[in-house]
Amino acid sequence: MSMSEPLLELNDVSVSFDGFYALTDLSLKLYKGELKSIIGPNGAGKTTFLDVITGKVRPTKGTVTFKGHSLLGVSEQRISRQGIGRKFQTPRVFDNLTVLRNLELAASPLKNAFSLLGSSLPQSAKDEVHRIMNYVGLTPFATVKAGSLSHGQKQWLAIASLVAQAPEVLLLDEPVAGLTDEETLRTAELIKSLAGDHTVVVIEHDMEFIRDLGFDVTVLHQGQVLTEGPLDKVKADPRVIEVYLGPPEQ
Amino acid sequence: MKLFQRLVPWILLAIALFILPAALDDFRLNLFGRYFALAITALAIDLIWGYTGLLSLGQGIFFALGGYAVAMYLMLNTKSLAGGNGIPKFFENYGVSELPFFWTPFWSPVFTLIALWVIPAVVAGLVGWLIFRNRIKGVYFSIITQAALMVFFHFFNGQQKLFDGTNGLKTSTSQLFGELVGSPEMQVWFYRLTVILLPLAFLVCRYFTSGRFGDALIGIRDDETRIRFAGFNPVPFKTIVFLVAGALCGISGALYTVQSGIVSPQYMSISFSIEMVIWVAVGGRGTLVGPIIGATLVNYLRSLVSEALPEAWLFVQGALFIFVVVLMPDGIYGWVTNGGLRSLLAAFGIARKAKTYPRLDEEAVAVD
Repeated sequence: MSMSEPLLELNDVSVSFDGFYALTDLSLKLYKGELKSIIGPNGAGKTTFLDVITGKVRPTKGTVTFKGHSLLGVSEQRISRQGIGRKFQTPRVFDNLTVLRNLELAASPLKNAFSLLGSSLPQSAKDEVHRIMNYVGLTPFATVKAGSLSHGQKQWLAIASLVAQAPEVLLLDEPVAGLTDEETLRTAELIKSLAGDHTVVVIEHDMEFIRDLGFDVTVLHQGQVLTEGPLDKVKADPRVIEVYLGPPEQ
Repeated sequence: MKLFQRLVPWILLAIALFILPAALDDFRLNLFGRYFALAITALAIDLIWGYTGLLSLGQGIFFALGGYAVAMYLMLNTKSLAGGNGIPKFFENYGVSELPFFWTPFWSPVFTLIALWVIPAVVAGLVGWLIFRNRIKGVYFSIITQAALMVFFHFFNGQQKLFDGTNGLKTSTSQLFGELVGSPEMQVWFYRLTVILLPLAFLVCRYFTSGRFGDALIGIRDDETRIRFAGFNPVPFKTIVFLVAGALCGISGALYTVQSGIVSPQYMSISFSIEMVIWVAVGGRGTLVGPIIGATLVNYLRSLVSEALPEAWLFVQGALFIFVVVLMPDGIYGWVTNGGLRSLLAAFGIARKAKTYPRLDEEAVAVD
């Protein structure tokens, strides 16, 4: 694979649910190490975009390739094993497992059932789990069941579980929804710290947070890319203003 | 206190092995042997339902398969039960003169000992794999398992020429090691065998529910989609536990058959498989101690009520189930371990509910 080839590529992807198009001819490239924020009004197709990449929804038309291989028809778990990890819109953690066990499950290097039986987690993976847990400030809660954490802590645990999974591409769907300002700031720090080793896509509504991250912004509208670029340039684009605020008054 | 907790299982085992046989008469002891045999089925159901979220209403299939395996061996190897041509007498009633081919391997004790858990395991593994790989979940899974149960029931019930149909196979009059299987001496041995196999079944279930494999099962139960996105394929996990549960039910069915003296298609009746689920719900699902308590207690209660008021049992069982589901959602064991009597009084509005929020801070401090 040459340097100029994209890591992840969507080409002319359309998704239709009973005639309603959630994505229409969407084409998007993501290069290794790229950091991208995706914004767009409700119903722009942001979550469907992630569903297509992670194998939850099969596109009606178009191709999705990761490292040159098609992802169409590949199961969710295989896509995940190839190195594409996703955090859901609501923090989905395993409420009945402790924080530590949530992370250790995610950090399991081999994902088949027999390798989870009997054998313990390698020391290197255990160290990594503790490092991540410490980074998100959940070490004091290691033996607490995830169900009793606060909303913000669950968000972090969800992000931490994703990082523990060690994916190449992290897809974060609304990582700061429902967080306090303080927590939002710390989450931005956490995500920025992932830059470098990882390719990161963040979907958010919170513009302050998007500014904090400083990633390039892609605006989705009606299932298509409206425009791309740095936040200030995008925000000044009359088409973006129209989409968010409605057409200018005559 | 810690030491005491560690000793509890050994004390219980010693009581079951030495004190109960001395304290109870043959009839009662035999009943307890049956309860403990059924407790193995309850453990199996807890493994698939309590931990993995697979509510199977068809465990009777595997229970009965184990029972039939051992009964076929006993029928074949008892001279007094043989008819003119050396095969079990009941075949004569239906004009069958030649042993059906699949009976033949059951002449062998070694084959039987393996078959009684391998056959149910293979059937469970196959059925489970087909269901799970097609992503059939929840209520649909329960319905399919129940439908499968009905298929098996009608097959065994209708095939007089193969299994003596609805009459079942009677083991109490058969012989093992030259002794009558139904004799008190033999029954004590079956009781002892059951008391030894029950803790082993417990250990098997603990092996599958502890560690990251067990965590993955809980993950599948609580959020299967999320487990897939974490890179795990739930199908092998579910197939493995369903297969293991099938094997355990087979062993349980074999132990129950030799102690009750008969195996019949009634073991595959819809109500019996639902009762199995009730034992687990009453005892406490998602814990391994709960199902043992549930199976023993409910069946003991059943014996007591049936002896006193034969018609009342079904009402009592229904009431017990509703009582437990409403007031002890975690079953008896879960109720005792989280608050016990106070939470019961609170449900009636007599006692005040605990004021404090979960002990997050305390636990958090305890880690450091």
